[in-house]
Amino acid sequence: MALLEVKDLKVRVEEREILHGLTLTVNEGEIHAIMGPNGSGKSTLSHVIAGKPGYEVTDGQILFKGEDLLEMAPNERSAKGVFLAFQYPVEIPGVATMTFLRTALNAQRKARGESEYSTPDFLKKVREVSKSLNIPQDMLKRGVNVGFSGGEKKRNEVLQMALFEPSLCILDEMDSGLDIDALRIAADGVNALHSPKRAMVVITHYQRLLNYIVPDIVHVMSKGRVVKSGGKELALELEASGYAQFEDAA
Amino acid sequence: MNVAVAKTGNGRAVSDLFASAEGRLPGSPSVIAARREAFETYERLGLPHRRIEEWKYTDLRALVGEVLPLAAAPDAAALKRAADAVKAHAIAGARKLVLVDGVFAADLSDVKALAAEAGFRTLRETLEKDAGLLKTAATDAVIALNAAMATDGVVLGIADGVQLSAPIQIIHIATAPSASAFSRSQIVVGKGARATIIENFVAAGASAYQVSDAVLVTVGDNADVAHIRLMDDAPDAVNITSQFVTVGANTKLNVFNMTTGAAVSRLQGFITLAGEGSELSVNGVNLLQKTEHGDTTLVVDHAVPNCVSREVFRAVIDDRAHSVFQGRIIVRPDAQKTDGKMMIRALLLSDEAEADNKPELEIFADDVSCGHGATAGALDDTLLFYLKARGLPEKQAQALLIQAFVGEAIEQIADDDLREHVIGIAERWLERRS
Repeated sequence: MALLEVKDLKVRVEEREILHGLTLTVNEGEIHAIMGPNGSGKSTLSHVIAGKPGYEVTDGQILFKGEDLLEMAPNERSAKGVFLAFQYPVEIPGVATMTFLRTALNAQRKARGESEYSTPDFLKKVREVSKSLNIPQDMLKRGVNVGFSGGEKKRNEVLQMALFEPSLCILDEMDSGLDIDALRIAADGVNALHSPKRAMVVITHYQRLLNYIVPDIVHVMSKGRVVKSGGKELALELEASGYAQFEDAA
Repeated sequence: MNVAVAKTGNGRAVSDLFASAEGRLPGSPSVIAARREAFETYERLGLPHRRIEEWKYTDLRALVGEVLPLAAAPDAAALKRAADAVKAHAIAGARKLVLVDGVFAADLSDVKALAAEAGFRTLRETLEKDAGLLKTAATDAVIALNAAMATDGVVLGIADGVQLSAPIQIIHIATAPSASAFSRSQIVVGKGARATIIENFVAAGASAYQVSDAVLVTVGDNADVAHIRLMDDAPDAVNITSQFVTVGANTKLNVFNMTTGAAVSRLQGFITLAGEGSELSVNGVNLLQKTEHGDTTLVVDHAVPNCVSREVFRAVIDDRAHSVFQGRIIVRPDAQKTDGKMMIRALLLSDEAEADNKPELEIFADDVSCGHGATAGALDDTLLFYLKARGLPEKQAQALLIQAFVGEAIEQIADDDLREHVIGIAERWLERRS
């Protein structure tokens, strides 16, 4: 079943068009990789799906489970099951990680008409989830991402993914700023969360990440469009030949 | 004197104010004479206005206009409301001293429990002997008016070496609408003593009232004191408080002030570091909305060498509210090795919100480390988006960031229960945001 349908999406930032009619369909349980050079519009796509302000959709639509995503506020999208793992997760000094996680989870549950977690139930759930992802408890005691290494920040994103149980995870360049060990740990976390009902969209420059998170479908983006789609071997091909051929195609 | 009265414009009404109250004001004949003198000072100066430098941003003539008549003694219904307010605001374990419309209410207070650890009298009792507590060095008009009209207050003495086993909580309750209450208190903490004192200002069914309070604090050598003042008045109230603090040597004093109510409020603190080796921490939070005007004015006077002072102040300003912070650090010629720092940050939640931050350093010594910083800005959109992308609705995302913003000042409160009490007041303010 189609989870996410992006249809002929045109997006402007200020006066410049970044996406020139992008089409993409992600079905339940699939892992998609979106690759492309700097400035091809990969991050713009992820931001528009999550609802970041500052982007103007001039044409096309985004459906999530058949509903018009563009009509929803970012928090509503989140409650519906859209999760964006940020390329650069922000530091929020003064907001304790546990407070943040509980507030966010309960806000999502409330929006869905589900009962909110009590503090003990929540603590139990966080402990279970963080244990399964090998996330040390002391990370949870600090302010949100404050003083976290690049790897810890990404693991905190994975923890949230596990806790909020979204049906669509978009990983925006999760390999940026990570060494190989940190990358493996984060990727293991993502793989652990992949399920027949949950789809992943992995945005990356490099094939390297796809050694750890193996995609079903690879899309190549160039100049605001998807210019080629194929199996995982397409990523290897790109690694060998670079993006230049596709820039010409676009 | 009467000639000058005419110049203040509202002099006539003010004179009536004192004349009608005089018979109800406590004190011996010498005290009454001191009150008259203070009132004459007030009459001569009138309510402070913008042409007086210290009051430039808080023009009481424009903002308040007139001083309301003195509140009548509370009736049974008012006392019942006050009792309910005490229950609602009491901090578990603290010994309470309650002032209702500026008059000490023994029935609502824990005088007996307190007596084991601290000396206590009411201002009323001390004024039977002399007018000493009505006198202060400053000649500010609001301070003079407070001296003239002070009906009651608490006079606390914590003896040398006493470590209070529980905090003392002074609760100022307003029950009388459209009336004023004048209180004046003294807190003396002896050498080597340890004390936590909390002051709450709350309303119990009263609106449009005016509070004038003065606190005279003396902290001895080697003491450790926390003084917390939480002004959570009715939204249409006026609260003008003056604090005079003198700190001895090798002492730790931690002051925290928070304003979450009142149409017009001003806290003016005058703190003198009079003994070497002391550490002063003054932190404050103003949470203002609608058309509220909140002013915190602090003067920290390093009169001796080798003291440290830190000021962390946060203002959150919504709607058309106006926050004022004036902080002055004075370093006297002898006060070498002074380390004084002040950081003011204002968070503007609306385009019409206004913040006036005025840090001042007056340094007369040459071997010091002093500095100040002031910033004003809006909530960070990047952080807001992150929180919204995680499911928090706009207002809740804002609330979390606002709590974090003020948290830096609130964190300075060492006691866990007290900090939670303060956070609770801030949370209720956030819930009131429309």
